[in-house]
Amino acid sequence: MHEPTIYEISVEGRQGVRFPQPDVPETQFPENFLRQELPLPELSEIDAVRHFSGLAQKNYSVDAGFYPLGSCTMKYNPKINEQVARFPGFLHTHPLQPITTVQGNLYLMYHLQEYLKEITGFSGVSLTPAAGAQGEFVGVKMIKRYLEEHGQSHRNKLLIPDSAHGTNPASATMNGFDTLPVPSNSNGTIDMDVLAELCQRDDIAGIMITNPNTLGLFEKDIVEVTRLVHEAGGLVYGDGANMNALLGVAKPADFGIDVMHLNLHKTFSTPHGGGGPGAGPVVTTDRLAPYLPGPIVTVLEEESEDTAPLYGYLTPEKTIGQVKAFQGQFGVLVKAFTYISMLGAAGLRRVSEYAVLNANYLLANLRDTYVVPYDGLCKHEFVLEGVWKDIPDIHALDIAKRLIDYGFHPPTNYFPLIVHEALMIEPTETESKDTLDAFIAAMKSIAKEAREDPALLHAAPQSTAIGRLDEVKAAKMLNVCCLPQYNQ
Amino acid sequence: MEFPKELRYTETDEWVRVKGNIATVGLSDFAQDQLSDLVYFESLVEIGDTVEAEGNLATVESVKSAGDVLSPVSGEIIEINGDLEDEPEIINTDPYGNGWMFKIEMSDPTEVEGLLTAEEYQDQSEG
Amino acid sequence: MFIPHTYEETISMLKTIGFEHIDELFSDIPAPLRNANLDLPEAMTEMEVSKYLEEISQANETTQELMCFLGAGYYNHYSPAIVDSMLRIGSFYSAYTPYQPEISQGTLQVIYEYQSLICALTGMEASNASHYDGATAAAEAVLTAFYQFNKKRSNVILSHFINPQYAEVIDTYASDLPQVNIIHHTAEDADIPSLIDKDTALIVLQYPDFLGNIKDYSAIVNTAHEHGALICVIVNPIALGLLIPPGEWGADIVVGEGQPLGIPLWFGGPGLGFFATSKKMIRKIAGRISGETTDANGNRGYVLTLTAREQHIRREKATSNICTNQALLALAATVYLSALGKHGLQQVANTCYQNSHYAAKEIQAIDGYTLINTEAYYHEFVISCPVPVNEINNHLLDHGILGGLDLSEMYPEYENPVLFAVTELNDREQIDTLVEVLREFSHA
Repeated sequence: MHEPTIYEISVEGRQGVRFPQPDVPETQFPENFLRQELPLPELSEIDAVRHFSGLAQKNYSVDAGFYPLGSCTMKYNPKINEQVARFPGFLHTHPLQPITTVQGNLYLMYHLQEYLKEITGFSGVSLTPAAGAQGEFVGVKMIKRYLEEHGQSHRNKLLIPDSAHGTNPASATMNGFDTLPVPSNSNGTIDMDVLAELCQRDDIAGIMITNPNTLGLFEKDIVEVTRLVHEAGGLVYGDGANMNALLGVAKPADFGIDVMHLNLHKTFSTPHGGGGPGAGPVVTTDRLAPYLPGPIVTVLEEESEDTAPLYGYLTPEKTIGQVKAFQGQFGVLVKAFTYISMLGAAGLRRVSEYAVLNANYLLANLRDTYVVPYDGLCKHEFVLEGVWKDIPDIHALDIAKRLIDYGFHPPTNYFPLIVHEALMIEPTETESKDTLDAFIAAMKSIAKEAREDPALLHAAPQSTAIGRLDEVKAAKMLNVCCLPQYNQ
Repeated sequence: MEFPKELRYTETDEWVRVKGNIATVGLSDFAQDQLSDLVYFESLVEIGDTVEAEGNLATVESVKSAGDVLSPVSGEIIEINGDLEDEPEIINTDPYGNGWMFKIEMSDPTEVEGLLTAEEYQDQSEG
Repeated sequence: MFIPHTYEETISMLKTIGFEHIDELFSDIPAPLRNANLDLPEAMTEMEVSKYLEEISQANETTQELMCFLGAGYYNHYSPAIVDSMLRIGSFYSAYTPYQPEISQGTLQVIYEYQSLICALTGMEASNASHYDGATAAAEAVLTAFYQFNKKRSNVILSHFINPQYAEVIDTYASDLPQVNIIHHTAEDADIPSLIDKDTALIVLQYPDFLGNIKDYSAIVNTAHEHGALICVIVNPIALGLLIPPGEWGADIVVGEGQPLGIPLWFGGPGLGFFATSKKMIRKIAGRISGETTDANGNRGYVLTLTAREQHIRREKATSNICTNQALLALAATVYLSALGKHGLQQVANTCYQNSHYAAKEIQAIDGYTLINTEAYYHEFVISCPVPVNEINNHLLDHGILGGLDLSEMYPEYENPVLFAVTELNDREQIDTLVEVLREFSHA
């Protein structure tokens, strides 16, 4: 049973929220600019509340259950974050207010900057990028600018492991780079021989790496990787999506990475929101810091005996330029700041310990039932094959959909591309042993069903109000707007 | 899976049928199977354009994938299959017949010699 | 703190893995790299952190204490209670991207409705699920135009009267695409048609423009289309409650900042970038799109569609790398527009217009102050002041008023120019207070 759209609920003459009449003398609106029709729906407030509340009930969420989504870090979103971000002092500040009136906000951003540097080991930071992908775009551009300034513009090739997230090569292209794939070896880590060979080229701009990589494995040769690339004249971009495995354990700056982004909506507990907002701050070494996008928060006047420091903005001298308006996704930054403040150093370390514990626990329990292409000690996530050689009719998609019938969100599937029918599983540290045991039981049961009653998988999900949707039809119909005049 | 013997193939899954100086080009059965239900076909060239071998001719999209159609040969575009824009699924159902995409007047017919035979292409695809 | 494991469970799990101590879980990391003693403040309980953050937030002055006449891209509007109450629902905010449509119909339908509302406001045929903000949406429009012409046209002309931050973001996005040439027009918009030729991919205009002016762009639109170039218009969504939407006068792409639609100021983010275009161009645009379809039983449902354009499939061939967008804020805008409806939005739009014109007239009447806007304008206007703007703004602040944006650097062609924004939250009393304080600098 579908929920009608707001246009279908609309009744002419209804209005929800009303506003007072203007109390100023009237000015005539210019007729030649006045629109004739405004095709917006008309709902009473209760209509709207029931409609959206009804839609909310049709969503799975972290609040409702487990998301073993590899590379997404779907950890619990603390309720206190929601409350704190909405303190009026934060909510009602305009981004262009004079700095003397927003010292609270600037204090928070300054200290978040310091915390992120401390956690990762880098010396430069910008909180402005709005998401991980934008952080990547920024980091790659910074590398480009650095190379240009040092007479190295001929370096136009970025090395990208074949296990990389799609945003990596896309970010490279957006900055005018070509990409060269670096294969993984049979252990699932970067093929060092091929890398060494590629580093013989004279047009290498750098490499984009993720560590732990997207198979959930720690790249043991990481220092050698970065050394080779540096020697070849390139720089190293780090995709920080997998930071949940390293908090208080290792600092990516020690790997030889030059610039890296973080995903606050992954590692630092800010909610995913159904697809955003996120935040993708960028951290960097000294040599790339001058290229960061501004504004960055700095101390303009040091504190004295009786005054607090005066915080303000600075834009680095060789900045690549602004990447969005104003100073970043502040409402998201508040939540990350709150989270780090609550956890402290010991708490952050525990996060990674338990993220890795949970992942290895699942792996230990599933390796006899599913094919693990790259087995061994994993970090915070691992990859299974969603297929068995002797059951050719069952694919990762079927397993994923059947998990829904067991009350779980499916794991990431078909990524990374180097694993056939991949199922990437990342439990995060906030899931209990009970939840993990239930997940293990479900996965085992599904494996059994795949053998004994595959129809159950093919028909899945059956427990949901709506079944598998026709994506081909959606792409052909292209009904993306319910206004009558736009759909033939 | 079909690999008609009279055709030549590229490593990027295009096929070529040669008649005199004219090459007809399309995507192989293997390619359409990999892509699955196609929902979109867009030609990136116009009639009269000159193309080089391996140049971009078109983009195809399915719900889970997108691919480029690369030219097996160099020459001038003389015909484009107009049905594919509205009915890209013809490429799935009849890849070697009504799913043809371009007709090219070849500038160097010897280029075809360098392409894969049906047997070679089958080995490559299924190997 | 949010880790549920008991000591016994931890030991049991380690045992299953074959370890005795938690540190063994990191034995695959070379010892020299296993070094992260973090120098961070002591952990806090929820109670302590709440107090701490409250203190921090109170070190700010807000638009609740100050009368806000500051705009320039972000506006102080009233957000009805229903908006935040929907944003607080856990199954909206703690949900993931709707890649599994069977269990994400809530988010998918909201996005579909959001897309429809954006089409309704802008007069366009198709919208995506959002960009990070108005500035990045404008930058993506430039990329879209560039790829639309298969990189064969290189020039993009930016009107002198678009938000300067948007112009900078466009520059940043285009800076490493060597074939793209961003032209920052420095004269009046009326001069733009003479610059358009068959190498022009896109012209970017703003409506109302950065100085608040409402202009008729038909000459530019006609010339552009004669040469096959595209028009992108940056709009204010509240203004579209009254203004003829760009979709009705020839825009090819419409973008803007959706923050005014019920999203709090939040010191500049998270906001909402909207992006709308024609159905013809829909495959060229970046970002997610929710489309209607059915399941096997004919039940109506929604899915993310046209995903083959996106980075996770196209990878280096994608035209944009966008992954996460601003879904929760799209929900806010959808709730806002649903709660206000046609009449509510018209009310707000009209009140903004009425209030700003009253303010402008009253200020203009003070000796020494001149209204720069000569034609139609919406809820922002520029006043040329008798003394430097920062002096005025400091004084206004002492009186509990947030003055407008100092335009002296961006628009040096005007003398001591300040950009005032007036919304439905600035009633007559506030405006009269502003006028009284401004009067103190009058020549009279």
